[in-house]
Amino acid sequence: MPNLNDILIMLPELYLVAAACLLLLVDAFMKAEQPVLLGLNGREVLHWTSILVVLVAIYLVISGQPEQPVRAFGGMFVRDGVAEILKVFALLCVALIFIYARSYLADRKLFVGEFYTLMIFAVIGVMLLVSAGNLITVYLGLELLTLSSYALVALNRDSKLSSEAAVKYFVLGALASGMLLYGMSMVYGATATLDLATLHNAAAHTGVPNLLLFGLIFMIIGIGFKLGAAPFHMWIPDVYQGSPTAVTIFIGSAPKLAAFGMAYRLLESGLGDLSAHWQQMLAALAVLSLAIGNLVAIVQTNLKRLLAYSTISHMGYLLLGLVNAGPEGYASALFYAISYALMGTAAFGVILALARAGFECEEIDDLKGLNQRSPWMAFLMMLVMFSLAGVPPLFGFFAKFLVLQSAIHAGMLWLAIVGAVFAIIGLYYYLRVVKVMYFDAPVEGTELKPQRDPAMRLVLSLNALTLLVLGLYWGPLLGWCKSVFPG
Amino acid sequence: MIDPSVFQLVCFYAFAAVTVVAALGVITLRNSVHAVLSLVLTFFSTACIWLLAEAEFLAIALIVVYVGAVMVLFLFVVMMLDIKQEHLREGFIRYLPVGIVVALVMLVEMLALIGVRTMHEAVMGANPATAAGLSNTQWLGQALYTQFLLPFEIAALILTVGVVAAVALTLRHRGGTRHQTAAQQVAVKASDRVRIVKMAAERPATETPAAPAQNPETKP
Repeated sequence: MPNLNDILIMLPELYLVAAACLLLLVDAFMKAEQPVLLGLNGREVLHWTSILVVLVAIYLVISGQPEQPVRAFGGMFVRDGVAEILKVFALLCVALIFIYARSYLADRKLFVGEFYTLMIFAVIGVMLLVSAGNLITVYLGLELLTLSSYALVALNRDSKLSSEAAVKYFVLGALASGMLLYGMSMVYGATATLDLATLHNAAAHTGVPNLLLFGLIFMIIGIGFKLGAAPFHMWIPDVYQGSPTAVTIFIGSAPKLAAFGMAYRLLESGLGDLSAHWQQMLAALAVLSLAIGNLVAIVQTNLKRLLAYSTISHMGYLLLGLVNAGPEGYASALFYAISYALMGTAAFGVILALARAGFECEEIDDLKGLNQRSPWMAFLMMLVMFSLAGVPPLFGFFAKFLVLQSAIHAGMLWLAIVGAVFAIIGLYYYLRVVKVMYFDAPVEGTELKPQRDPAMRLVLSLNALTLLVLGLYWGPLLGWCKSVFPG
Repeated sequence: MIDPSVFQLVCFYAFAAVTVVAALGVITLRNSVHAVLSLVLTFFSTACIWLLAEAEFLAIALIVVYVGAVMVLFLFVVMMLDIKQEHLREGFIRYLPVGIVVALVMLVEMLALIGVRTMHEAVMGANPATAAGLSNTQWLGQALYTQFLLPFEIAALILTVGVVAAVALTLRHRGGTRHQTAAQQVAVKASDRVRIVKMAAERPATETPAAPAQNPETKP
């Protein structure tokens, strides 16, 4: 029977649900265009309230962090270190996105309350997914996240590209959810349990029947799709390009943390004893993602598409960490997921800062001569690109270094070599962006100036500079990542 | 005499086979109406499998919700495809054979289920409802609100997102629409709606009737 203790364990999630419902009501009854509070109009009040709501949620997550993993609702919900760290960074990403997206949304008449509520619902999905202790909660958390994402992608409903992206995402996403569910049903058939902890024990006792193995394969397909790892990556470029940049930045950040959480829950918490089987599959996914992501990115001219292929390759690196299947590997993969989420928000943040009404700034050529027009933005973008490429001493370098190291420790030297080679290939297209910004002449008659939003400029600068700071002082974050995976 | 458990097993495989074949039909048949009929059969056979597993409530819910909803979908398909009126009338007869086949398969499935019921009382696996001494529906309701409370609530949240998304994606505020304002309608007084007009008594028929414009009382 659920009791008060269960509710206290899930306090951050419940608080966010209540806050999201309240925001929905506020949005419905407040005058959007007229001043309602402190000279701000209704939408702006909603904007700042949403940011406050998310920040309070971060506080609740950190302040209520339990010493030992605790379970609620009969093991359906687990609150442990892994969940906490993923939640903190997912919420942080959403707060950053709210700040970055405002001017972009306002310019395109997309500055609506639904953007904020759907985003909060999506992050609730992330939180439930990473805290799932049961196959049902994994699935429902994932559905909550993806359903909100579909709607967000389609938010710009007058754009054909956006609708196309939403339909593709929806159809492929539904297919992947079906695969995942099919795999779960097979696992249930083989072990007669949905609880991940019980499943772990059951899998140890029953040996490895074919049914369990088939279930595992289908679940890996589901995970591969959600991560966007090749060969399940087809949706990524279209969705990244088609959705409004304010939504792309979300799809490229928090859900990646969620996908890592999902992979960890299903593969380690649930089927950890089958690691010998899934390590090989993940290694294959990793190599394919590295190859496809890095090679196809070279020929892209659209900046959002380029970042989409770059995501695919980054998911390959994340998989290198998971392949290790030990505390070291999980810590490095978690570290990588966090680094990617922060780099992704910064990269798309710069695009959002440069976009204005009627100008998306999504072609690489749009950045021509950015250094002459806005040296600070060019510098921030350069930091992000170098970090994505893995140039020392930036954050991305240490993240790459750690996953390669964990792959070597797992006895897969060849995999680490493949990763290193593709990192060098990847350097080319990141440097091309930097070259366009610094060495090409700006196109006459274009305006390439960042938005005049002081909050956004400040936070974006902090976000990009964090990549440098964490590249130099990566100890504490890595320590946190390692502490949540007891050996 | 057939062994009851063997008969049950045969029924299960038969239902499963029908489900798979019908599901294949849904995605391969070119005619959309045939595909919908196939979908109805898929749902029905799935419900039969659930009945075999003694999940009566789920089976009935599947029939009521899905088969019922699919019938509405059926109507939508017919309405939305640009079919001329005459074609439509022909169509109903054209679809009759397929409809009869589907109905016959359903009938056979129902008869088989009745056979299972009369022959054998045992179930395919351990049934927690029977173990708890409750009816299927009661057990399901209790489990949903205790053991599975969290997933149940998350499902509610997903539905909320569905509603929000539907409104966000389809609601368009257009100017010039005439919608009702309930507050104004309630606050209305009789004098706003009805105006008592005083008119002179009608003149005798022998005199010529006055032109309407000359009567000041009838002017609005």
